[in-house]
Amino acid sequence: MWTFYRKKEKGEEQAEPKGFLSRLREGLSKTRTGLAGRLDNLLYGKKQIDEKLLEQIEEILFTSDLGVAATRELIETVQAGVARKELDQPEKLRKALKEQIRQFLDVVDIPHSMPGPGEPYVIMVIGVNGVGKTTTIAKLGYQAREQGKTVIFVAGDTFRAAAIEQLQVWGDRVGVEVIKQKQGSDPSAVVFDGLSSALAKRIDVVLIDTAGRLHTKSNLMEELEKINRVIKRKLPGAPHEVWLVLDATTGQNAVSQAEIFHKALGLTGIILTKLDGTAKGGIVVGICRQMKIPIKFIGIGEKMDDLRPFNAPDFVDAIFG
Amino acid sequence: MFESLSDKLARTFKKLRGQGKLSENNIQEALKEVRIALLEADVNYKVVKQFVEDIRQKAMGKEVLESLTPGQQVIKIVYGELTRLMGETRQELALTGRTPFTLMLAGLQGSGKTTTAGKLALHLRKLGRHPYLVPADIYRPAAIDQLQKLGSQLGVPVYGTDRKLRPEDICVDALSKAGTVGADILIMDTAGRLHIDDALMAELVRIKEKILPTEILLVADAMTGQDAVNVAKHFNELLDLTGIILTKMEGDARGGAALSIKAVTGKPIKFIGVGEKLEALEPFFPERTASRILGMGDMLSLIEKAQAEFDEKEARKLEKRLRKKEFDLEDFQTQLKQVKKLGSIEQILGMLPGLGQLKKLKGLKPDEKEVIRIEAIINSMTGEERRNYKIINGSRRRRIASGSGTSVQDVNRLLKNFIQTKKMMETLTRKGLQGMPSMFQ
Repeated sequence: MWTFYRKKEKGEEQAEPKGFLSRLREGLSKTRTGLAGRLDNLLYGKKQIDEKLLEQIEEILFTSDLGVAATRELIETVQAGVARKELDQPEKLRKALKEQIRQFLDVVDIPHSMPGPGEPYVIMVIGVNGVGKTTTIAKLGYQAREQGKTVIFVAGDTFRAAAIEQLQVWGDRVGVEVIKQKQGSDPSAVVFDGLSSALAKRIDVVLIDTAGRLHTKSNLMEELEKINRVIKRKLPGAPHEVWLVLDATTGQNAVSQAEIFHKALGLTGIILTKLDGTAKGGIVVGICRQMKIPIKFIGIGEKMDDLRPFNAPDFVDAIFG
Repeated sequence: MFESLSDKLARTFKKLRGQGKLSENNIQEALKEVRIALLEADVNYKVVKQFVEDIRQKAMGKEVLESLTPGQQVIKIVYGELTRLMGETRQELALTGRTPFTLMLAGLQGSGKTTTAGKLALHLRKLGRHPYLVPADIYRPAAIDQLQKLGSQLGVPVYGTDRKLRPEDICVDALSKAGTVGADILIMDTAGRLHIDDALMAELVRIKEKILPTEILLVADAMTGQDAVNVAKHFNELLDLTGIILTKMEGDARGGAALSIKAVTGKPIKFIGVGEKLEALEPFFPERTASRILGMGDMLSLIEKAQAEFDEKEARKLEKRLRKKEFDLEDFQTQLKQVKKLGSIEQILGMLPGLGQLKKLKGLKPDEKEVIRIEAIINSMTGEERRNYKIINGSRRRRIASGSGTSVQDVNRLLKNFIQTKKMMETLTRKGLQGMPSMFQ
């Protein structure tokens, strides 16, 4: 029943709008010129694998934000393969890198509770300031509406000036009711209202917007934990999903963000936004490898359906061509 | 998660002890650690490469090779070079010439332009200027609302933007109206955009051509990764920036983006954003960011804060009492108050090298409430008890506990802590206060 945000299974691929891969590739074209494109340029015409080549590969991995640990592991894998004489051609090396990155990204879903009959599917969206939480919620709401679900938005960002208005504009545009109070009110109270309203109206999906907060602010993290407790008390089993929104331009600090938010709330997924710039989003490779939190969606543009379910093989295919 | 660079280098050189003289190879080994530290701090790969090469030249000198503490020598060179690269002196806004001045803010989505516009307005007003906020973001829902709200919070006039107009026309019209609202400086908040979005970048160029802003500032997120160079380069090439504002510096990002952006644009970082409140805008100090990139904590800020906030007289009195071994619970309370003046305990811990990580590792959360509880306990004691803790027996403990709304266990814990502190202080005093911070000397 709750399949609308699920990853596509094998065989469902035909249902995708035509040219999904090519659109993804288009959105990721900058990523491509980043990682795979540069790797191809580097390996083109190369006959042998030597120290210098490995160093150049390392540079490409680093400049894609893969981070020290993931890059080291990749390079060590390659070096081991070269030592065993398995990787004797650049083309094989490329394949080995691609396979290893795919493995890093292929994280199993974190098990979470499901709503009972007549209960809404409650999704809490969190993240640091400016990653695109509100826009992402608009896109998620739009997509759920397109699938015939009833949706409400909860304006849980009561801190930032005009954050409520921003969500309201999106609510009007995509035809979703926004549950809100005035700026400065207690976000937990707004969330409580939202859930009450959703239960009364038998709404299918509740998307909770929260104020952007740096993960190092312990008082703000406590506020999130409080919101979480209020949700649990009102509707046991909820929130069914807690999604962390990450900006693809972020560097190694994204690991720290994922770690601390995960510890506080228990994330069920990550949404990676702003992949349409020149940022490579390589940081998710590092996060998936280390934290084993699955990527749920990637944002590849401004349009409502530019938020795409994430699929590791597709993603790797798109960046490796 | 990160071990500080100084620890790493100390370890590297320790391994080499007993080998006699250090060789160039040993230095190379140390430079590898420098390189990783910089990459972990998100300094751009190419910038790191060049930087490490420069350092190598300098570190090959005799000073390091013959030093007893080569790790410290290397740190000194790295730190000095980082500071130099980020700009040795701090730079203010260049507000000279004819008014009204015009500030233009540009940057990626979500970098914090609108909030920064509000912060700048407050900063400028404190300098005696009359700012005028101009919302030129006609795309993001409620962006204009946001700036209007910030303006009314501050009591700063905000231009009434018509979303049907083009941003450049909005700015031109606002400039012509600056006089009528008594403003002498315009702060233009433009829409966030991708540096590769040609159409939107052209819009910024049109604003620039029509207004010829006094300052064009790139607002960039301190958490940005390797891509910071591409973003900064594009914006600088098209707009010829006059400076950078680095936002979200209050987090735990090491802020390598600062070095990357500085290296690729050559433009000064003028301010940093350190919080969500409108007061949270600070001048950029290269040496602090240098120690942060190296994971050495922000000692300078702490020392400066301590100097500004600590009451010197109180400190001297305390020192005298310490020498006479008269440190009692009243002093303990005074000391507590002094520390509280420095800011939240969390903030202080964050500034200390190594402690930021320690906190995370042990799940130890500095508890403001704990401080309040300790104060309540001490306040519930009689003067005599405070001066001589030894008389506090069981029944006194029960009275203190009920008086302060705590438990006897809490009182016991406080007394134990106090006795420990007292002992530690007495040891330190015997050693001539060597290990004590400068404010006690």
